Parts: sequence; structure tokens; C-alpha cells
Amino acid sequence: MTQNPAPKLVEPAASGRQSVAPVIDIQGLSLTFQTADGPVYALSDVDLSVAPGDFVSFIGPSGCGKTTLMRVIADLEKPTAGEVSVNGVSPEAARLARAYGYVFQAPALYAWRTVERNVMLPLEIMGMGKDERRRRAAEYLDLVNLKGFEKKFPWQLSGGMQQRVSIARALSFEPDLLLMDEPFGALDEITRDHLNEQLLRLWERTGKTVIFVTHSIPEAVFLSSRIVVMSPRPGRIIDVIDCNLPPDRTLDARETPEFLEIAHRVRDGLRAGHSYDD
Amino acid sequence: MTTDVAATAPTGSGLWRILVQGRAVPLAVVIAAIAVIWYAGAVYMNAPRLTDGYERNKVEWTFGQLVDDAWSMERPILPAPHQIVAELDKSVLQRKVTSKRSLVFHAWVTLSSTLLGFAMGAVLGIVLAVGIVHVRTLDRSLLPWIIASQTIPILAIAPMIIVVLGNVGFTGLVPKAIISTYLCFFPVAIGMVKGLRSPDPLQMDLMRTYSASSAQVFWKLRWPASAPFLFASLKVAIAISLVGAIVGELPTGAQAGIGARLLVGSYYGQTIQIWAALIVAALLAGLLVAAVGLIERMVLRQMGARP
Repeated sequence: MTQNPAPKLVEPAASGRQSVAPVIDIQGLSLTFQTADGPVYALSDVDLSVAPGDFVSFIGPSGCGKTTLMRVIADLEKPTAGEVSVNGVSPEAARLARAYGYVFQAPALYAWRTVERNVMLPLEIMGMGKDERRRRAAEYLDLVNLKGFEKKFPWQLSGGMQQRVSIARALSFEPDLLLMDEPFGALDEITRDHLNEQLLRLWERTGKTVIFVTHSIPEAVFLSSRIVVMSPRPGRIIDVIDCNLPPDRTLDARETPEFLEIAHRVRDGLRAGHSYDD
Repeated sequence: MTTDVAATAPTGSGLWRILVQGRAVPLAVVIAAIAVIWYAGAVYMNAPRLTDGYERNKVEWTFGQLVDDAWSMERPILPAPHQIVAELDKSVLQRKVTSKRSLVFHAWVTLSSTLLGFAMGAVLGIVLAVGIVHVRTLDRSLLPWIIASQTIPILAIAPMIIVVLGNVGFTGLVPKAIISTYLCFFPVAIGMVKGLRSPDPLQMDLMRTYSASSAQVFWKLRWPASAPFLFASLKVAIAISLVGAIVGELPTGAQAGIGARLLVGSYYGQTIQIWAALIVAALLAGLLVAAVGLIERMVLRQMGARP
């Protein structure tokens, strides 16, 4: 694992990263699935630390364990070895403290609930009062530009709009961590670009710590403050790239030399990871 | 030729087009075909007894007379449709509904035990499904018994249920309803096990990330997700609940109910009366299934189903 030299555009916060307690701290994490065909080494000896307010992307080919790593952080999978702490406690304790807003590959909306009631679902579970639920739903639906769609049912919305509802749902209870598993993977490129820009604005406004799984290089470079490059069989981290493009960047930033340089480095990392298989 | 038809068809009269394209004409054709076959069958089935009688009494007979007689026997092997209609008219419309000879009275008796049995069966089926989905031991142990319970012919077990319950003091409505329950909990249990397990892994994972309690997972995810499965099962359940109630009336020598009516009819060879009771049972079943279907549409629309 290599640590990258300071990038050209250093955010002031980045230099102070070491002094802040990490939100996520992973030491020597391994996870092996026992299957009928023998053990599958999903993750092997992963070390990672994520600072508060970071936007960290996991990028890598299919089967590199990026989703599994995120599911371990969210206590949806149990590691076979290693230490994981979230906010200084175990993932399970963090889950019970409702630290995670998880956005899945599919919107996973409940078909029998209106858009508004889908956003209110976690709030109901967490026992929030009716007025507060309604206020939060309105606030976060506005944040993802879905004002006026409160009373629609999911099937009446396009795929991109459904995914925005699921983002509003994840944000509604104001979790410490936003975990996004290829949230835009099933969408067309134009919608995806648009949502990328919206997500970036959202991150800047809320200052949330975001973990973002993707296999799109431009998406990772455009959105992230750090990129974790992973490789498969066994799933491990190849490179961690700091990536501090100007905070108020638009999609045009993808044409700049800084962007292309980082994208190049990500691509190199992915290629190096792949050479083991050939 | 075909293009001719295609070109002229839309210019035909509007009513004709509606009839041809709608369901009225096919339905009428099917009913007419059934009537023709039925009338012919009535002649065929009843003819041997009539011709025996003619020969015994040494009466000259023609085919026309045979047909007339075959369609108007008092106790035919197979009554003609108009005889059944006349009997229905007599026993449904002409009598006071409180009369013991009114089919409405008998239908009500059967309906009340059908509905009681259906309610108990639906609750039992749902409770069993909830247990099977949530408790691993029940999942392994209960389902084989549930399936085995349905392999026993209901006609064999019904008298025993009646006798046993009669000895502990239950008579009348309850034993019949329990036979309905015995039949109709099964599709509900099977359908609801499937329905309660229908949420996909992502929807379940979502609940886990909220650290929802299992009661919350049940009420906010499993239960609403199972609604379409529940209604499909309930439609089957209410129809067989009616069958159960009728079967339950047979071994009791019940004084009232469609089953009692069938039994009395068969004692005295009153085939017309049997058929009339059967028609009422069929209409009742149709109405009950339609009622469940109506509730299904209302509930699922409330739950945002696509129109």
C-alpha cells in the first residue's frame, strides 16, 4: 500500500487529518466466506482510516470486496479477523446507535408507501413524533429536489427520482455516516452526471462523512476527497489516493489536468491489481 | 377475403361491435351450448325409465312424447334446467325467508358457519405462518403436519369432529365452522409463509441498518408486503370454507343448511331439490369470492397498487 505525496490542491483540513479521531478505523481486516466450493477470500488484511467529513470512494472491479467492506463497516457482515471501529465503538454498537444511512444499489423503496412515508420510515422506527417526521421528510425531499412528489407512489417515479428518494430517506435521520453502494449504477449516464453534481453539493452542505462504492473512475475522482483502489482475489487495498479538487467544482472539472492526472493514477492502480490474474 | 372482413367490420353497427368484442356474445354462446347439451342429456338419462314404464303399461309412445315426459318428470335422474329454475323460483322467491322450506333460510344457515369458519381459519393460517417465519423450530416441524392434515379426506374426518365436539358440548354452528376452519387455514398458512418471506434482501438489510426490532420489521415490512399473497389465499379459503360448511352439515343430520337440504333431497330422490341447492351453493361461492376480490381491490388501491 502506498501513500500518495501531497496533491497539488491541498484542502486546509487535509493537513490536520492526523490529529482528528477517525470516524472509521480498520486494522488487519479479513473476511472469508465458506462456500460449497471451498473458502472465498472476500477481504484480506485491509487497513483503512476515514476522517470526519471525508468523501471516500471504494473503486475496483467486480468481486474486489468493495461492497463487502462497506457491509462490514455497516455490521451487515461479520469479519473473520481484524478490528473495525466506527466512532470509537464496534460496528454493531454504531448500528444500534443508528449511525448509518445506507443507500443501496437499488432504491429498495417500499411500494405500498408514498414517497413521503418512505422517507419517514426510519423516523417512525426511531420513534420520532409525527410533526417532526413530516418536517424532516419535507426538508430532505426538498434537498434532493423532489418537492411536490410527496404523495406519489414509487412506481410513479423514474429510476433516478426513486434513487433520490432513497438518498433523502438515508439522510432524514441525520446519521453520522452515509454509506452508498453503487447508488447510481443502474441509471443512465446523463441522470448519473446530474445526480453526481447534486450529491457533491449535498455533501458540501451537510459535511457528512460519505463512503461511496463505485466502479466508475470519473465518478470516483469527481466526487471523492479520497479514493481507495481495490483489487480482487483476495479483495485488498492497492492504493489510497488523496483527491482534493476545488470544492465548488462542476462537471467541467472533469476536463482539467488535475482531474485527468488523478484519474490516470486510479487507472494505473486498477491495472496493477489486475495483472495478478493474467 | 380476410382483408374484406377487416375493412368492413369497423363500419358495422356500434351495438354489434360491442357485442362481438365484449364478453356478452361468447358468454351467451357458452350458456346456450350448455343448455342444449343439458336438455339432450336429460332426455338420454331419463329415457330408459320412461320407456320401461311405457312398456309395462303397454302405452303407445312417440319420440315427442318421450321428450316431453323426460323434461317434466317428478324425480328425474337428471332434471331439465327449467325444472330447476322453477324449483328455485318456488323455494327462493315464493317462500318467506324464515320458512324451513326457503333456500334463502338454508343458505343463511350455511353462510353463517362458512363465515365463522373462514374467520377462524384465516386467523389460524396467519398465526401459523407468522410462527413458521419467525421461529426456526416451527419452520422445520410444523409444515409437514400442516400438509399431512390436508391429505386426510374431509369426509372421513368430519363425522369424528362432529362427534367429539358434540360430546364436549359443542353442537350446531361451531362444529360445522371448525370443519370449515380445518379446510381453509391451509391455503392461508401456505400463502402467508410465502408472503411474509417476500421482502427482498435489500429491504431486509435496510431494516437492519435502522436496527429495527422484529416487531417493527413485521408490521412495517413483512405484513404489508404479504398483502397480495393474503388476498390470493383468502379467495381460495372462502370457497373451500363453504365446501367445509356443507360437508359439515352432512354427517350431523342437520335440520337446516344447504348440506341438510342435499341430504334430504337424496333420501327422497328429490333430484330437482338437490340441483336447486347445488345452484344456490355455487351462487353463494361466487358471491363470497367476488366479495373478497372487491375488498382486495380496495385495500391494494389504498396501498398504491398500479390501477
